[in-house]
Amino acid sequence: MHELGIVFYVINTIEQVGREQGLQNVASVTLELGEVSGAIPHELENCWDWAVKRTELMPTARLRIETIPAVTHCGGCGQDYPTVPQGRICPRCGSENTWLIRGNEINIKEIEAI
Amino acid sequence: MESYKIIEVKESVFANNDREAERVRQDLKRDKTFLLNLMSSPGSGKTTTLLRTIENLKDDLRIGVMEADVDSDVDAKTVAQAGVRSIQLHTGGMCHLDAGMTEQGLREIGTSDLDLVVLENVGNLVCPAEFDTGAVKNAMILSVPEGHDKPLKYPLIFTVCDALVINKIDVLPYFDFDMEKVVEYAHMRNPKLEIFPISAKTGEGVDAWCDWLRRQVRDWNEAK
Repeated sequence: MHELGIVFYVINTIEQVGREQGLQNVASVTLELGEVSGAIPHELENCWDWAVKRTELMPTARLRIETIPAVTHCGGCGQDYPTVPQGRICPRCGSENTWLIRGNEINIKEIEAI
Repeated sequence: MESYKIIEVKESVFANNDREAERVRQDLKRDKTFLLNLMSSPGSGKTTTLLRTIENLKDDLRIGVMEADVDSDVDAKTVAQAGVRSIQLHTGGMCHLDAGMTEQGLREIGTSDLDLVVLENVGNLVCPAEFDTGAVKNAMILSVPEGHDKPLKYPLIFTVCDALVINKIDVLPYFDFDMEKVVEYAHMRNPKLEIFPISAKTGEGVDAWCDWLRRQVRDWNEAK
């Protein structure tokens, strides 16, 4: 997957916020990570440590990750159910007509900065 | 001493890329150039399909090709021999192209005298689907040997594509590939997906795919 690419996008966005708000140092960044976003927290952390050292604004910034649980909606019976343990087939009615309604997000929630 | 404060950002990691992609599309509109983002697994016959497509369209449209690869220019050379303008984009190890890299490529190839530019994305069904390149339409190639279950395993790419080319139908007798199932699974993810079974090797089905593409290019370039 593209964890390093994601880290670069996060850094670029925060550097932009930093310029707009005249920030000098960022101490931490909180990401909201969907359970089935495909990005692996451990890999993100590795890439993070490598990449932030090379920035001026946030060389020691910590990465905090909050997980957003994945939820699937069933078009067959109209119910929602947790995606990860159940998968694509509705556990209630057995329908395959299901789609993900939450859990694919990678959002920058907030930063702690001076 | 000043203390650290919490600043809410509340933005998707992809938001900057999405904005950049929108700018790319506006520039393309101005230049009357259609950009197709073509995605697939490695070995699906992307370059062969592209050569067939170029052969079919090159009398009607001025075509350019941007080949994205992690490293190498094998495909760009092959495509250049077909007589269209082509460049190689190296992603430098990245698994996908984003709008910024696409924009650089478009500047290098020069879009003002081209009707159609095809972006051959990195061979991968996961990462390219996440990033809007700024293309007007997205298409993907799935080949028969890969199996009919791919829409279930890689749902996102089937969701973001406008057209699905099913390549290598000439080898259907040798594989347990269920054409009805793949259409059903793909439409489950994306009811609007247009599906074109082809053989880039024999040329079967290529006309229907090229007619679709010709229509898309015309609609985009003529619209005000």
